[in-house]
Amino acid sequence: MTGSASAQADTPEDSATATTYAARDHARAQESAATVADRSWVPADTFPDTTDHPEGQRLVWAETVAGGGYAHKVLAPGAVVELTDLEGESCAQLALFWAGRPWERLCVADTVKVQWNAYLGAGALLLSDQGRALASLDLDESGRHDTFCGAATAEQNRERFGDGEPWSATPAARELLKLAAAKNDLAPRDLPPTVSLFKGVKADPDGRLRWTGGAGAGARVRIRAEAPLLVMLANTPHPLDPREDYTVSSLRVLAWKDRPTAPDDPLWESTPEIRRALSNTAEFLGAAA
Amino acid sequence: MSAETVSETVVPARAPWSGLVRAGQFLSIVDLGGNQAVDFLLYDAADTDLRYSAQNTVAAAGALFLTTGSVLRDVEHRPMATVTADDCGRHDTIGGACSKESNTLRYGHQAWGQHACVENFLHEGARWGLGKRDLTGNVNWFMNVPVEDDGCLGIVDGLSAPGLQVTMRAERDLIALISNCPQINNPCNAFDPTPVKAVVTAADRATEGGGRA
Repeated sequence: MTGSASAQADTPEDSATATTYAARDHARAQESAATVADRSWVPADTFPDTTDHPEGQRLVWAETVAGGGYAHKVLAPGAVVELTDLEGESCAQLALFWAGRPWERLCVADTVKVQWNAYLGAGALLLSDQGRALASLDLDESGRHDTFCGAATAEQNRERFGDGEPWSATPAARELLKLAAAKNDLAPRDLPPTVSLFKGVKADPDGRLRWTGGAGAGARVRIRAEAPLLVMLANTPHPLDPREDYTVSSLRVLAWKDRPTAPDDPLWESTPEIRRALSNTAEFLGAAA
Repeated sequence: MSAETVSETVVPARAPWSGLVRAGQFLSIVDLGGNQAVDFLLYDAADTDLRYSAQNTVAAAGALFLTTGSVLRDVEHRPMATVTADDCGRHDTIGGACSKESNTLRYGHQAWGQHACVENFLHEGARWGLGKRDLTGNVNWFMNVPVEDDGCLGIVDGLSAPGLQVTMRAERDLIALISNCPQINNPCNAFDPTPVKAVVTAADRATEGGGRA
């Protein structure tokens, strides 16, 4: 538990929390006095900065995830999630599930194999293991992402930083995603391989991996939900980040309602694989509707 | 077959296989006909939540391809198996398993009726209590998946040949799950799936002169 300095009174007479009534007042005074930048806004449309998200689109999720933090949300088909690497050092480890049927989940292997490309960018789909599009990348101002290395583990963070537990100063992505999973009644075995956004890796012809870092402050990625989507993300250093310190800055998450990709959108016919993946999703949703 | 052999099984074309490989034992997979992809998963026999992680394996090695010396790691980053001998020189970590579902994306819905590796994994995994939630990105022994500078990747003609084999040492008691890949739409099996052999030995047959099959 953390408290303000004023709560650490020397004597009971000076305490602001000595009685239930005083403690209640003390608790209720905190919201209006808060200056914390990494926080969520509920309702989401109370989020104070409206510069980025499209006018007229009602926000349904507004949250700034601290370095070493995580977030999760269930979104309707068509919702657009905008992730912003505010200060240039965020790294979002992303796991996606079909909301309500979480055994269908992000399949990184199919995502890269089916689309003939290991490097994510605008116009790429994030595919499930059931041959369906879970989401599409609408906008990519970063170009530094990774499908190879996944989420760092507690073991790896212990080796690199001395600790990887969720309560430590250097939480591991996988530990945070386990918590997000638990809050959705999912277990570690439900966590699929993940993709990293805002920190990149490239492979040379021999398969050796090379860290390419980030694209700088302010880069945005927009992810459109093509299905009912359970989104989990951890904002933690990439496993191949060569820096000795646990280096990660705030990640802003905004989401608004929109519509899924439709057959007359350019993305639909952009490749045969994308057409078939979007068709499979639409067919499934149509049959169940 | 030497006295050191614990089990030796010819896995028919298109079929699955699974077996227990005890800590310190060796598992060899022999590509009998050549250029036959062998989809492969590992689970800790004492706690199947601890399963092979392609991403941890790749991140720890800083490299995509498996060969002699590669360490297959679990989801918590700990070693499961170490490749001790490899005649082929390059095996895939990123392509995953073929499925009826992904075949519809890769080749069209006319491919839906074809058998696929995920069918084998589900069928064989069920014998160990493993189900849909337990499947994850797998190793593809003998499969060649280069990545170009622009990120273009794909399954191309294989580097393997008849009789080549790969051997790994179990670092703890493991359940090994194999799908002898039935894919016929790309060159991972040279468009002709063939049998492979799975051999469990108490010692490393490659270093003890056990020879090739």
